[in-house]
Amino acid sequence: MERVVRHFQEELEALQGRLLEMGGLAEERVRAAVEGLVTRNAATVDRVLYGDEPINRLHIEIDERSVKLLALHQPMAADLRAIVAAVKINTDLERVGDLAVNIAEAARRYVVHPPVKKLIDIPRMGGIAQAMLRDALDAFVRGDVALARQVLNADDQLDGLKTQIFRELLTYMLQDPSTVEPSLDLILVSRHLERIGDHATNVAEDVIFMVSAQDVRHGSST
Amino acid sequence: MSSIVRPAVSVNVRPAAEEESRPERTATIAADRLNFYYGAKRALHDITLGIQPHVVTAFIGPSGCGKSTFLRTLNRMNDIIPGTRVEGRVAIDGQNIYAPGVDVVDLRRRVGMVFQKSNPFPKSIFDNVAYGLRINDMVRTTSDLAARVEESLRQAALWDEVKDRLHESALALSGGQQQRLCIARALAVRPAILLMDEPASALDPIATQRIEELIYDLKRSYTIVIVTHNMQQAARVSDDTAFFWLGRLVEFDRTDRIFTAPAEKLTEDYVTGRFG
Repeated sequence: MERVVRHFQEELEALQGRLLEMGGLAEERVRAAVEGLVTRNAATVDRVLYGDEPINRLHIEIDERSVKLLALHQPMAADLRAIVAAVKINTDLERVGDLAVNIAEAARRYVVHPPVKKLIDIPRMGGIAQAMLRDALDAFVRGDVALARQVLNADDQLDGLKTQIFRELLTYMLQDPSTVEPSLDLILVSRHLERIGDHATNVAEDVIFMVSAQDVRHGSST
Repeated sequence: MSSIVRPAVSVNVRPAAEEESRPERTATIAADRLNFYYGAKRALHDITLGIQPHVVTAFIGPSGCGKSTFLRTLNRMNDIIPGTRVEGRVAIDGQNIYAPGVDVVDLRRRVGMVFQKSNPFPKSIFDNVAYGLRINDMVRTTSDLAARVEESLRQAALWDEVKDRLHESALALSGGQQQRLCIARALAVRPAILLMDEPASALDPIATQRIEELIYDLKRSYTIVIVTHNMQQAARVSDDTAFFWLGRLVEFDRTDRIFTAPAEKLTEDYVTGRFG
């Protein structure tokens, strides 16, 4: 029995290691996409645009490992919750990777225009979204419910900044119609960053479920 | 380790089951501060729990945890072991089965039992099922007897396999069929409660699946308590699960709670295989 449990534990740790690897990649790609936009560096943007493959590979591998663990070990309780959480976090991280590509696409379009304004709030949003992702993943590794709850609280800042960016860019667009196209791309970027925050929030909610068996989604606390 | 010695007083009342129509032969079981001794050795410590009618309740726990002992206290099957002693109370439908003057034969008719190893009598299939009806003088005519035997074999999902050879020896049946025959024999006297002590542990996966399906069908008519070493089986067949450890009831809750989010660390360690 003990040997079998150790085998399961090793497999579970390997699964969690892959998730962390994927989370690190996703976080780095968000960082690079925002940096490429802010510094107007096409090479950095292109690296994000054409570099989604490792995340996609991990996405499939993590699902396969999870299904195999469920089928072969029929885990219960904390072990079951860990695998269910892994499957869900996997989907969220893959979406974060896709959103980084979406930001890079917008950046590609944006850099052909003169800058609408100096970008201040977008890098701030990028920093918050990355920090949320990083904290959610740290909470996952350490089983830290308090840290996961902090991630949930950080989401409001992103929502506030997104609204602020929209209002500000609206004034630029009203004053000068030639800024409409690049402004819309910046609004899209803020929307993508806000969505990344939502995915980090999902990860944090899954961590809370995994550790304490509490479902905190949609304001529920069962 | 503090949870080991703490009696599970606060967790032993299971949340109310979803209300559904409950047909005949309803029975509830309530153990209250039940202690059991094999000589000087105390095998059960202050067990208090209530079993709902028409649900399947599983008892799980490592070997020697007291789950089978507790099961056998529910129809006083331990009485036949010399040197044993019971303290506390077990009430079935409000009546204390350990009160003076209780008719133990009648109790065991109302609370049937199926054992780990199928134990058909060396008689025909028909006579095995008819046995309890005959000795309890429960039927008047041979046609009534035949009808009750058929009803029991149908309930035990065995009728179609044996209807053409009712008078052949029960010992010629396969292991899975013999176990279903024993279930039919227990059902023939129309108990309200069926106790099952590892009913599928000696069976192959197909025969096990049949027993599990049977348990699912039978709960419409009976209150079922099953002891099992197989946690997946407990998860599959039961509505409520009680986890025993060292003679104590550690946790009792809805089965889905026990296997997804148990309240006690000890339960968590057991169901995830991190024991010992």
